[in-house]
Amino acid sequence: MSEKSMNIQPAEFTFDQESEQQIEKILAKYPAARKASAVISLLYVVQNQMNRETKSAWVPKVAMSVVAKRLEISPVRVFEVATFYTMFNLEPIGQYHLQVCGTTPCWLRGSDDIVTACKNATGIKEFGQTSDDGMFTLSEVECLGACANAPILQVDHDYYEDMTAESTTKLIDLLRQGNKPAHGSMIDRFNSAPIGKKFSQNTEAKDVK
Amino acid sequence: MAKVIVDGIPVEVPNGSSVLQACEAAGKEIPRFCYHDKLSVAGNCRMCMVEITGARKPLVSSCSHPVMEGMHVTTDSETIRTARRSTMELLLINHPLDCPICDQGGECDLQDQAVGYGRDCSRYTDEKRAVVDKYMGPLIRTVMTRCIQCTRCIRFTNEIAGTAELGGIYRGTSLEITPFIEQSLVSELSGNLIDVCPVGALTSKPTAFHYRSWELKNTDSIDVVDAVGTNIMLQIRGNEVMRVLPRKNDDVNEEWLSDKGRFSLDGLKRRRLDRPWIKKNGKLVEASWTETIQYVADKLKTVAADRIGAIAGDLCDAESMLALKHLVNGLGSANTDCRQDNAYYDISERGNYVFNSSIAGIEDADALLVIGSFPRQEAPVLNARIRKRWLSLTEQFPIAYIGELPDDPTYKIDHLGESPELINELLAGNHAFVDILKNAKRPMIILGHGALIRPDSKVIFEKTMALANAIGAVSEDWNGFNILHHAASRVAGLDLGFIPQGQGKDVAAMINGGVDVLWMLGADEVDISTLSPECFVIYQGHHGERAASRADVILPGATYTEKSGTYVNTEGRVQRSFRAICPPGEAKEEWSVICSIGQALAVEQPYQNLETLRQYMTEVNPVFAQCGLVKNSVAVSVGDGAQGNFEKQPLTAVISDYFLTNSISRASLTMNECSKLRYAPSAEAAE
Repeated sequence: MSEKSMNIQPAEFTFDQESEQQIEKILAKYPAARKASAVISLLYVVQNQMNRETKSAWVPKVAMSVVAKRLEISPVRVFEVATFYTMFNLEPIGQYHLQVCGTTPCWLRGSDDIVTACKNATGIKEFGQTSDDGMFTLSEVECLGACANAPILQVDHDYYEDMTAESTTKLIDLLRQGNKPAHGSMIDRFNSAPIGKKFSQNTEAKDVK
Repeated sequence: MAKVIVDGIPVEVPNGSSVLQACEAAGKEIPRFCYHDKLSVAGNCRMCMVEITGARKPLVSSCSHPVMEGMHVTTDSETIRTARRSTMELLLINHPLDCPICDQGGECDLQDQAVGYGRDCSRYTDEKRAVVDKYMGPLIRTVMTRCIQCTRCIRFTNEIAGTAELGGIYRGTSLEITPFIEQSLVSELSGNLIDVCPVGALTSKPTAFHYRSWELKNTDSIDVVDAVGTNIMLQIRGNEVMRVLPRKNDDVNEEWLSDKGRFSLDGLKRRRLDRPWIKKNGKLVEASWTETIQYVADKLKTVAADRIGAIAGDLCDAESMLALKHLVNGLGSANTDCRQDNAYYDISERGNYVFNSSIAGIEDADALLVIGSFPRQEAPVLNARIRKRWLSLTEQFPIAYIGELPDDPTYKIDHLGESPELINELLAGNHAFVDILKNAKRPMIILGHGALIRPDSKVIFEKTMALANAIGAVSEDWNGFNILHHAASRVAGLDLGFIPQGQGKDVAAMINGGVDVLWMLGADEVDISTLSPECFVIYQGHHGERAASRADVILPGATYTEKSGTYVNTEGRVQRSFRAICPPGEAKEEWSVICSIGQALAVEQPYQNLETLRQYMTEVNPVFAQCGLVKNSVAVSVGDGAQGNFEKQPLTAVISDYFLTNSISRASLTMNECSKLRYAPSAEAAE
C-alpha cells in the first residue's frame, strides 16, 4: 500500500441501509459459527457502497476493520483476503474501471488495439493509472472467460465484447457523457453464437426463438 | 501405533503422526523451515521432502504427509538432495546475503541448510525483491526482506498467542508478513516470535547487535517474573546476561516464555545495590560486610524478640526465606510473612494453596471457571495452555470468568460478571453455568488473587471450595481446585511456613507499628508509607527502590540470575536454578548473609552451606526433596461450613500494569517503554 493511499484513507466507515440489507441476505447463507466465510461478499458490499457514495469503487482499510468486527475475526484476516484478490481496489479508482483482457485469445484478436484506444481516449499512460478527470482507471486483467467474443473490455461489472478500437473510443465517449450503453457483444452476434444471427453453426437464431 | 521403516530402521509411531515425526523417531534429521512442533502444519517451505516407496509422487513433504502402516521412507537420496537444493536456490533468490550483520547469524536455519543444500553462486539475474520493514513495537526488530514466508509467526499469533495480529498480505512473490496496523504487538508472548522465526526477519530489538550467538554460554534457570516457573536458559557473555531463552518443558511452559521474563534483563544491571550501606545520622554511608553484619547483629540483640519482623518479597528463593525464617524464629519471634499483598490462604493442606490440576492437566479439563483472576497477565504462559485446550477440536471447553476483564482473554469466555455474589448463585444452582460445570467430567476452578486480597477473601475461598465440591471438581483421580499465584516466591514461602505462626504478626500488623525491627527480604511491593519513623528497617535485596531508600541498613543481594535457588511454582513444582553470573560489587546471596548474622547472634543453625541448607529444607518440608515433579495433596472439603457475607465491591484485576510488576522489570528500560506504549498509547503516535 503506497504512502499516497495512507493519506486518502477515510477516518471511518459505516454500512448504509442498502448494504445492511445485502449483508443480512449474505450472512443468512452461512451457519453462524462459519460466518467468516462471508468475508469476500462483505468486501464487495463495501466496494459497492464506496462506489455509490464516492463514485470510486474501493475498499478503505477502516472498512476492513468494520467487516472484521461484523464477522468476529481479526482485521488482519480481512486484510489478507482484500490484498489477495486483485478485484478489490485498495486505493481510490476512477468512476469507471476499464479492465482489458490481455490473455492469449483476446490478445490474438487485437486486445493491444483496445488498450491503445483506451489510453488515447482517456489520456492514461500506463496500466493502473487513473485519468486526470477522475473518470477512468485502466487495468490489465487476465482471462475473463469470454474468449469466444474476444477481445473483451470489462467496465466495472459488465462485459463489452467483440471490441474494436472504434467501438472502444465510442464506448468511452458515451461513458464520459454518463450514458452507459447496453453491455454484451458490440457486433451482430447473439450471446456467444457465431456471427450473423446464427444460434449454432447450422441454425438461425430466429428459428429457435 | 503404525510401523514405519525409515532408511531401513523400523520405528513405531502413533497413528496420525506425520512422516517427519516418524523420521525423527528414527533419529533422522529432516531440514524444515515452516514446520514447528507446536504449530499447525503449513507445508509451504518444501524443504522436508522425503521419498516414500510406492507413493504416487516420488517426493512428498514429510511434515504434511501422514504415516501409513508398513511405509518405507527414504530420507536421503540424490533425488531428495536435488529437490532440497532447488528449494534452497529459490529461497535464496531474494534472501539478502547479510549474515555477517544479522543477529540470527550462527543460529539461523536458513544459514545452516545453505551449508548442506545451498549453491555456491546464484544463477538469478532478474530484479530482486525488497520488502519494507514493519513496526512491531519495542521488542521485535523486523528485517522483512530476510523473510522466507514460512508463516510460523502468523500461526504463532493465531494459535498460541491468540491475538491474531500478523497476516500475510498480497500473494505469490509479493507476499508480505505484516500486522494490520503498525503498532506494538499486544501479546504478552510476542517475544516467542523471535524464537519461532527460522531466519533473521524477526529478531530481538532491545539487544540488536549486542552479541553473536556463538559467544554465549548457557546456564539453566527458572523465570521469576510470574509463578509459572517457566524453565529458562540464561545466555551469558562475560559477567552479563545477554539473552533469556525458554527451555522446553512440556509439563510447564512447553517452549514459550513471557515477554516480561525475556526482556526485563536490562533491569538486572540498573538501580542495583552493590555494597552494604548503614544509615548514620540520617544518611546512608557505605560500610564493609564485617561492620554491617555486626551492626545488624547488635541491633537485633537490643530488641525484644516479638518486636522483630520479617517480610519476604515476590522474587525470593526458598533458601533465603528459610534462612531468614530460621533466624527470626531462632531469635524468638513468629513475625514472618511472605504475603506482601495480605492475601488469604488456608494452609492446612497443600492442595488449598496450589494449582492442583497442574498446568499440563489443563488439557484434560472440560470446563473452566475463573474467579478473580486474569491469567493472560498473571501467567501468560499458563493462559496459552488454557487457549490450547480451548482450541482443541476433540471436545468443547466452556470457560467462564467472574471478575474484572482488563483485556481480551484470548479465547471466548462467558463473562458472568464482576460481583462475588455470583459464587453464591452458582452454589445455589441458580445460574446456567453451574450445570455445565456439574455435567463436566473434569471441571476446573481457578481462584486468583483478585479474590484473595480482599477483606472477604476467607468467605470467597470457602464458598469457592464448597462450589468445587458441589460440582465434583475434587475426586480421587482429578483435582480441579486451583489457586493461581503470580508471585514466584509465594508457594515456597507457604511451604516453608513463612507466615505468622501462633501470635505472629502479619504484614499489615508489622507495618502499622507491630515491630521495632523490620527485615524486608526483597519486599518491594509493600506500602511502607505508614511505617513509623522509629522502626529500624533492614532491607535485603537487589534493587534500590522505595523500601531501600527508607532502610536503616541495606544488605545487597543477588538477583535470580546470580544465585543458585529453589523456586516452587503455582502448581507446587519444586525447581532449581543455577548461578549464571556473579552479583555486582559486594552483593551476596541473601541466605549466606543471613547465615553470617545468625552466627554473630549465636543462633543455632543446622546448615553452613547451600547443600546443608537444602538438606534442612527437606526436613522442614519434604516436598523440597523432589525437584521437577508435582505431587499435590487433595484439597480438603469444607462442606457447608462456608459462612459469612461478601463485600459489595466487584472483583478487580490484581495486575494493573503487566510490564512493571517487580523491581527488575521496573528497572528495565525496555519494560518501561512497553508499559508506556500499552497503557499510554499517545506516546506511540508521537514516535
